[in-house]
Amino acid sequence: MTLSGTCVIAGIGATAFGKHPGRSSVSLNVEAIRAALSDARVDKDRVDALFVKPPTSDFQMLYTVKVASALGIQPRMGGAWDQGGAANATLISIACMAIEAGQIDIAVVSFADNPRTGNAAVYARPRGDDSLYGWFGTLPGYAMIMQRHIGEFRTPPEAFGAIAMAARNHGVRNPKAQVRNPLNMDDYLAADPLVAPLRRDDCTLISDGGGAVVIMSAKKAAELGVDAPVPILGWGYGQTFYEVAYRRDMTSTMAQTSGATALKMAGLTPQDVDCVQIYDCFTIAALMTLEDYGFCQKGQAADFVKDGALMQDGALPFNTSGGLLSETGMPGMQLIHEGVRQMRGTSVNQVKGAGNVVISNQGGVMQTHSTLVLGQ
Amino acid sequence: MSAEVKPDRTGPAGAFWSALDGGRLEFQRCRACGAAQLPAREECTACLSPDLAWEAAQGGATLISWVVYHRPYHEAFKDRIPYNVAVVELDEGPRLISNILAPNDSLRIDMPLRLELGESFGQTIPQFRPRVPTG
Ligand SMILES: [Zn+2]
Repeated sequence: MTLSGTCVIAGIGATAFGKHPGRSSVSLNVEAIRAALSDARVDKDRVDALFVKPPTSDFQMLYTVKVASALGIQPRMGGAWDQGGAANATLISIACMAIEAGQIDIAVVSFADNPRTGNAAVYARPRGDDSLYGWFGTLPGYAMIMQRHIGEFRTPPEAFGAIAMAARNHGVRNPKAQVRNPLNMDDYLAADPLVAPLRRDDCTLISDGGGAVVIMSAKKAAELGVDAPVPILGWGYGQTFYEVAYRRDMTSTMAQTSGATALKMAGLTPQDVDCVQIYDCFTIAALMTLEDYGFCQKGQAADFVKDGALMQDGALPFNTSGGLLSETGMPGMQLIHEGVRQMRGTSVNQVKGAGNVVISNQGGVMQTHSTLVLGQ
Repeated sequence: MSAEVKPDRTGPAGAFWSALDGGRLEFQRCRACGAAQLPAREECTACLSPDLAWEAAQGGATLISWVVYHRPYHEAFKDRIPYNVAVVELDEGPRLISNILAPNDSLRIDMPLRLELGESFGQTIPQFRPRVPTG
């Protein structure tokens, strides 16, 4: 038996992205869930599972119970999933499996955080004893992988620039996007490095905000008369070693396994994919995911992404709402929302004739990975 | 964040830092399967045996990758900007985070290195220098 297409995303909802001074992450979750339930036209009392990606900057015990209590609901299933930025996509797949196992009918997956106006210290923490060498922070781990990719495959800066430009120039047309000034290659190349080789426009935004989705079986969606249910066709996962230094192969990750599993479940090959929403916390992460998913060969992304291939009218439209680089730094839920809008035909950068979309979520320093494939 | 930077000697890495106090870079060698590893752990990641011995590194290594900090993440390092942090692979196999004692713009992927002990906040640390002198 395959679960491909048996469940749907029935509703999506989000807060505004940017700054929410004084708002708790629980409150931002409630606002996003209220919007998602309204979109699906489902009453909160029908929700019997609540799965939450814990707020990165404010990790708490029993966090999902706190959100459920603020929603005034006592669901059957609930829990937070510690998988960094891969968690939202994974939780959606877990909801599908629980629905098909007959444990629940309607699930909500939600995420909210306020690192911008709250506490962003988590992103600059020392990396154990290696702080003696000056090794601090999350961003430099990505820079380390990027330098290896540059050295191993002679990947030019323009390859990373093409990814930053595609995300930004899609974000320009998204009124909800946090950064909307256009980016050209000269601007990209001229920016000073933060931690070389990472330049300013290679790096995620830091944002407050929340997003949620409502999941149910396709059958239930038909029964409830849901307007625009989006079938979930496939999913997959992969987990890579913790320490960047100790990965024997620094330039590929278990994203390969995650993507291959999800595409196989959906009955697709990379050539069949109409559009992608790829986790772009740093341009190197997106570039390696494109390679690991098989859209091009390992080390060949520079050739693949050039000449506007990732733009709305290009060969593989990418991050059509702006991604983490332009829309919001939220870890992954915005990519799922944009995938849903592409399948509904309501994106601000709608891809003509798009019948499927591949979404990647990933976390830490590329340690965790999760893939979703949506269809129509 | 505290301005003090020092290693945690309570776990299995205690012996790693003690060896450096004595002027030696050591890694773990599994007595059961022969695998070499860093960072120090309680078990071998290859065969899960807890029977691990310490072995001195000969000092040869290769540069796997590096970054250059142009912004300080910690006030204790703000006077060192721009400084490099690298991933180095010892000839015996294990990899570690370190610094390369050479101009940042002379660094190249896979360049051969040799060990040179240095000091950071009073702790002896393993650093590396290119085997062939560069500009
Ligand atoms: Zn062993």
